[in-house]
Amino acid sequence: MWDISTHALDTARLRGAKYADVRVMHLRQRDLTTKNGQVGTLAQSESIGLGIRVLASGAWGFASTDRMTREGVSACAAQAVSIAKASAIAKRKEVVMAPEEAYVDSWQSPFRKDPFEIPLETQLALLLAADAEMRRVKGVTLTETDLQFRKIDSWFASSIGSRIHQRKMISGCGIVATSFQGDEIQKRSYPNSFGGQHALQGYELVESLELLKHAPRVAEEAVALHAAAQCPQKTGTLILGGSQLGLQIHESVGHPIELDRVLGEEANFAGTSFLTLDKLNKLRYGSDIVNVVADARLDHGPGLGSFAYDDEGVPAQCTDIIKAGEFRGYLSNRETAHLVGLKRSSGTMRTESWNRLPIIRMTNISLLPGTWHSDDLIADTDDGILMDTNRSWSIDDRRYQFQFSTEVGWEIKNGKKTRMLKNPSYSGITTEFWNSCDAICNVDEWVLWGTPNCGKGQPMQTMGTGHGAAPSRFRNIHIGAAFSKS
Amino acid sequence: MRAVRKSSTRTTYSAGSTSAGLFPERELRQIIERVLRLAKSTEADETEVHVDEADESLTRFANNAIHQNVAEHGLTVSVRTVVDGRTARATTNRVDEDSLRGAIDASLSLAHSQPKDPRLLPVPGKQRYRKVERFARPTATLTPEDRARAVRRACDLAVKRGQVAAGIFASGQSQTAMGNSRGLFAAYRETHAEFSITMQEQPAASWAKANAADVRDFDPQQLAERASEKAHRATNAQELAPGRYTVILEPSAVLDIVGFLFYDFAATAVADKRSCLNDRMGKQVFGKNISVVDDAYHPLQLGAPFDGEGMPRQQVLLVDRGVPRNLVYSRASAKLAKKKPTGHGFMLPNEYGEAPVNLVFSGGDSSLEKMIASTERGLLVTRLWYIREVDPYEKIMTGMTRDGLFLVEKGKVGTAVRNFRFNQSLLEMLQNVELLGPAVRATGEEAFEMVVPAMKVRDFHFSEVTKF
Repeated sequence: MWDISTHALDTARLRGAKYADVRVMHLRQRDLTTKNGQVGTLAQSESIGLGIRVLASGAWGFASTDRMTREGVSACAAQAVSIAKASAIAKRKEVVMAPEEAYVDSWQSPFRKDPFEIPLETQLALLLAADAEMRRVKGVTLTETDLQFRKIDSWFASSIGSRIHQRKMISGCGIVATSFQGDEIQKRSYPNSFGGQHALQGYELVESLELLKHAPRVAEEAVALHAAAQCPQKTGTLILGGSQLGLQIHESVGHPIELDRVLGEEANFAGTSFLTLDKLNKLRYGSDIVNVVADARLDHGPGLGSFAYDDEGVPAQCTDIIKAGEFRGYLSNRETAHLVGLKRSSGTMRTESWNRLPIIRMTNISLLPGTWHSDDLIADTDDGILMDTNRSWSIDDRRYQFQFSTEVGWEIKNGKKTRMLKNPSYSGITTEFWNSCDAICNVDEWVLWGTPNCGKGQPMQTMGTGHGAAPSRFRNIHIGAAFSKS
Repeated sequence: MRAVRKSSTRTTYSAGSTSAGLFPERELRQIIERVLRLAKSTEADETEVHVDEADESLTRFANNAIHQNVAEHGLTVSVRTVVDGRTARATTNRVDEDSLRGAIDASLSLAHSQPKDPRLLPVPGKQRYRKVERFARPTATLTPEDRARAVRRACDLAVKRGQVAAGIFASGQSQTAMGNSRGLFAAYRETHAEFSITMQEQPAASWAKANAADVRDFDPQQLAERASEKAHRATNAQELAPGRYTVILEPSAVLDIVGFLFYDFAATAVADKRSCLNDRMGKQVFGKNISVVDDAYHPLQLGAPFDGEGMPRQQVLLVDRGVPRNLVYSRASAKLAKKKPTGHGFMLPNEYGEAPVNLVFSGGDSSLEKMIASTERGLLVTRLWYIREVDPYEKIMTGMTRDGLFLVEKGKVGTAVRNFRFNQSLLEMLQNVELLGPAVRATGEEAFEMVVPAMKVRDFHFSEVTKF
């Protein structure tokens, strides 16, 4: 792959590029699903191609191709330069890139069991067994299960001399039981909704999650929700389960700290951010116990945002985002780092595939663990609602006002988890919410959740991000607005 | 937001292209025939092949300058084999013989791993398709310089008015061809162009967007003017209390919320009991002024005249004067329901079945101007954003207003209003439509393009307000 990459870089330079980087990527994916005891999707795909980003006439151009011959790659590199020159027609200032070292390296994410080597029959048998367990429960009207595996090889080469090969193995799985009864549809998912849990791991992730063991409970809870009381509308105490808190971090911390959003580069589509540059090191984002990092290093865990180098050739780093409640940092790249006084990119440029331009992306944006045990947290709560497993999420285009609903709620009275509540939801303003956090559970209950479906950019790119979270408590939260009538 | 085909008002661009372009259709056909030939020497009982090719470009701008400018070419070959009542799919983007053979083998290996499916149907035989013409050479030959010059003009307008522009100008061409071992062959190609712009005048912003097969069917500068003028009007927003308001939804706002209804009309969704139409077919679910048809042949629609199984797309009356009358069917769901397939199936195998993808709402004889003039107190909504389903059966949707929310009082558009969060049942909303404008090709960010009218709706429920 280095020959073809070098050829692309040479062509770009000869055509007038002052800087260029190339990504050759080979992506393999397998998807298995079942529905109501039958196989649903059973598909495998592979894709290989090359994308080249160039800086010419002081402006950016990017082209990609699946024609991996020398002629095809030459044409692609020439096209990127010609696009960059066209970009200069509407240029306002020169691009300035933070300095970076050249790296020559090869890295592979660790895994114990290659999911592509596990017999398909074994994988399908697991899904069909979990599906059958859920269907055993009377009142369940739809059962779904899924497995997804990805193996991604990328070869990064840049005109400053980097040559980096990375291989990532990603696994994911989940189960869902749905029940239609009377005039409502209720569902429960495990280990998370919208595809389950995903991580930078092999088949060992699937085995560790014990889908079969959890299937009966998931199905029973889906049916039980029909008879549960409606979540009340009130202002009160909220405890969030880890997976829901992971999504809360994603939407109300992860996106607003993306420096491209802050600088208006996503204004037409994903939106901007309330975290304008004047707020850095000044804004009280959360309470004293709130500490959030952006950590792409493997030391943080096998998250969907873990890697050795980003897609701009910058090594993985850990950046303080919120420290003791204070807003401390953004996600940056080589082009934007200097705008927030950094000498170096924070290493967050990521691309979905060879045919997409790397853009600033979340890595693992995690709320660091606190000191509580969840039993103690509930025992310490006189009157509250525990909400778990996301059902819907929505936030405004500057990331102030949000509303989430979850699949299930549990009333907490006098330190005890009591009755089940259906249709729970909560809403608020980002900084008010994080400032109301008064308890975070400890490392024993901290899980690095994977969000496999984060959409951003035009053309749209889907990226996996990681979010470490443990159950946490928030005070004076607006609960139940989603189902209010007035 | 509308794309009207009037040659006299068309925007002009230079001819010529720097992209690689698409292969001739015969080359796609050759790839399909090669796969079918290779599969004959395997144990596959039946084989189906899809070849998809795309040649796309997108110029993105922000802060009054181009900051991203991309082009891509890609071709995929997707093979589905059937062996002993089992089926699976494998896809590759390499077309050498070894790779094609590898895709066939992978498909067979996947197929073997599962139990026999007694409901699996044989692949369909030859079909006849209605001709649609959605390929415009001026779009296919649009250059990066053409897009950059149009962007420059829009950005210059922003600079002149003290505003900041961000957006995209995209153009491309794509084609799809499919064939199977029973002799079916279908092919379709189209062009598509899109211009979208957000004009920011702190602390406000507004937006305009258009999308068409022929790039000459919209004028980027007109869209820039519209967004600019609205952004200027949107400054100094006042905060109103949440509650129920009469709203005038521009077509993009209508599109993005009603787009969440489309999958409910899938026969598989109803069979799975996850559709809001369960136990509601044939009942007066919506207002009598709501009729919806799925029509791939409508002049303002794009897309192939066949589905993922190669079945010809049929026009289907989904809602007749407020009553859901028909669903759409794949071959499998049609067989289960003892109906005829409507040409809406997804590529097999899949668990979702089918969906209508060319929705056309009936319009009315009102207009945005008449709606505003007839409103004592209400809100004019430019677009909706981050819409998600809160309740799948009552179809309660949540989301935000964005890029221009204005108070309408005594028949006139007044001051801007801070953005609201809504929690609104879509079923209820479509019972409360008081006026409809003409149906136009609308484009938004939450749903694919459809033909919908502007709507005046009473008692739209806003639950909370944000900070801007």
